[in-house]
Amino acid sequence: MTDSTISAIMPKPITGPLIWLRANLFANPFNILMTVLVVWFLAMSLPALLDWVLLDAVFQANNVRECRAAGSGACWAFIGEKHRLILFGLYPYDEQWRPMLVVLLLIAMVGVSCLRRFWTKWLAPMWVATLMIVGVLMWGGVLGLTYVENARWGGLPLTMILAFVAIAVAFPLGVLLALGRRSNLPAIRAICTIYIELVRGVPAVSLLFMASVMLPLLLPEGMSIDKLLRAQIALIVYASAYLAEVVRGGLQSLSKGQYEAADALGLTYWQKQRLIILPQALRITIPPLVNTLITVFKDTSLVVIIGLYDLMNAAKASFVDPAWRGSSIEAYVFVSLIYFAFCFFMSKYSQSIEKRLAKSQNR
Amino acid sequence: MAAQPGETGATAGTPIPKAQRAVFWNDPRVRGIFYQIIAVALIGGAVWWLASNTIANLNARNIATGFHFLGREAGFEIGENLIDYSPADTYFRALLVGVLNTLRVAVLGIILATLVGTIIGIARLSKNWLIAKLASIYVEVVRNIPLILQLFFWYSLITEFLPGPRDALNPMPGVFLSNRGLKFPLLAHEFAYDLALLLFAVGLIAAVVVGRWATKRQDATGRHFPTIWVNLGLIFGLPIVGWLLAGAPLTFNAPSLQGFNFVGGASLSPEFSALLLGLVIYTAGFIAEIVRSGIQAVGKGQTEASLSLGLTKGQTLRLIVMPQALRVIVPPMTSQYLNITKNSSLAVAIGFPDIVSVANTTLNQTGQAIEGVAIIMAVFLTISLSIATFMNWYNKHIALVER
Repeated sequence: MTDSTISAIMPKPITGPLIWLRANLFANPFNILMTVLVVWFLAMSLPALLDWVLLDAVFQANNVRECRAAGSGACWAFIGEKHRLILFGLYPYDEQWRPMLVVLLLIAMVGVSCLRRFWTKWLAPMWVATLMIVGVLMWGGVLGLTYVENARWGGLPLTMILAFVAIAVAFPLGVLLALGRRSNLPAIRAICTIYIELVRGVPAVSLLFMASVMLPLLLPEGMSIDKLLRAQIALIVYASAYLAEVVRGGLQSLSKGQYEAADALGLTYWQKQRLIILPQALRITIPPLVNTLITVFKDTSLVVIIGLYDLMNAAKASFVDPAWRGSSIEAYVFVSLIYFAFCFFMSKYSQSIEKRLAKSQNR
Repeated sequence: MAAQPGETGATAGTPIPKAQRAVFWNDPRVRGIFYQIIAVALIGGAVWWLASNTIANLNARNIATGFHFLGREAGFEIGENLIDYSPADTYFRALLVGVLNTLRVAVLGIILATLVGTIIGIARLSKNWLIAKLASIYVEVVRNIPLILQLFFWYSLITEFLPGPRDALNPMPGVFLSNRGLKFPLLAHEFAYDLALLLFAVGLIAAVVVGRWATKRQDATGRHFPTIWVNLGLIFGLPIVGWLLAGAPLTFNAPSLQGFNFVGGASLSPEFSALLLGLVIYTAGFIAEIVRSGIQAVGKGQTEASLSLGLTKGQTLRLIVMPQALRVIVPPMTSQYLNITKNSSLAVAIGFPDIVSVANTTLNQTGQAIEGVAIIMAVFLTISLSIATFMNWYNKHIALVER
């Protein structure tokens, strides 16, 4: 049957705003009751929220007292005054175009990585190159850029660098750990399993504590690593264990025939993994991998606890200024929006990939 | 083991002449042993190197290793404690207070997040467009903002924007909400309440017995027994009857304002409230998604088949849909419960004295960094393992038994 004959047989769909309302809001008494309750709740809360965000908000003021006197809503003047501190931390004011560029570059790279057209063997080298450029821009000291020590890094670029470097280093580590956990060699399997379970069994906070208080003890005298690197190591350790479990899930979902076929072809272990197993396993794991990336991105905010000025801590520092004390909610809302924008985009992307994978598997 | 040509050749029955056999370093088994020796040697070497560095560092700083410090006087205050504690107590007791605080947040958080998350998960599947939309907005917002940020937000809201004790919000008689936390009345100690509690326990045990008996009888005779109603009566009816028999007393120990603060009643500190609120709201977003996908995983045909067999809607939900949905729900739920427990360690950021925060104070005072971190890790590993063991037992209990 062609489409036209089907549509001739089919009854005309009954649509219209009223019918939609009846089906979706007033289907039965319970539904009507719920709709009324929700509408009442929205009628009570939305106007107040709108007042706070927009109508009673203050956009021009010199300090928090003027702000509160001018209106009962949010004090967005505070964000206007402090947004550079929140976004870039203590980075030298005149050089802040560099972290800005870093943020744009990383966002562009994320965008590129999301497009299927760029899923080639060049993607990994491109990321390595990008991270090197990021390093040059942030540190400086070459090409006429003044040197900025990493103790002064902060804000959004620091959050992004922590997250992306953690993932970039932890990903190959995670793949190796996952392979190790499924290895036939008992000693290697035991080592990998213990590592993964130990790291996943304890909170990320304790890993950060460990990195900040124990690393100095573990290293020989004279060899010291700064706070940023310690936090980065803790995040890598943390991310690698979770990525390993994600990759293991992908490895387990492959049928045994794939392994046996590779063995029958006489491929070595590494050829088998590189050419047969990993390309299939990793494709299945893209959605959970993106979810892990979101988790790591959110969990970079834990470095607050060891005193790095990432986006979260920079926001906390912004309302310490006596002139703006009491503007914490505005600061938190502002950084929430930034975190939300990144994580929401990534989760939507992961969902779309998931749909596409499901389609290709149902073929 | 299909990867081993030597083995497959040997089992095929035609022994390979010795000359044709590969040299021994091409034997996968020999290679395997070789790689493992290398791996163990590398790890062992690294551990030895780190340990010797640590010992040298500790000697240089005159820090004695070991857990002797646990017996010494702690000397710091802890804001909240479930057991008696004073600064004169030992570090061990201080750490115990911390562990109990962690457990309190974790247990309450798990119960509340499961309730809220289940409601929101079901709401996301509601046929009512407004409710489904609101629930999905909740899930998206909550899941995409870092937990620690949400904790700071709630803490800030409670401590900075709620009124002081003198003009505390009073949403219900006896309940006060101020920047000192939440104060609420508690039942005063009476014999009737003890009796009710005892009968509640008796009712629970009786309910289990009745449930077993009813299942057995139905298996044997096919006769149905209204277990749910009888058990509800046993669990809640018995304590109420006991309470009525004891004279139905209603005495509250209500908080009241005296001077600048509240006296009497029970209270939740701002730190505890913010932590619990943040954990519950955040984790409920994840649990909602788990519940939703679990319910969606049960095919529509199951419900239709059940209804056409003549089961009621309630029976369909209880006997057909829920058992199948739970199989999908329980494993990811386990990891959410573990997450709540681990995330409760963020208490350290808002100053709630959980185990991480107490251990942190301890290691700052004593310099026993390694022992402090080891204690934190041991506590969390123990809790994680206990939850995982229990949930695995439960999962096995509800898992599909295939013949």
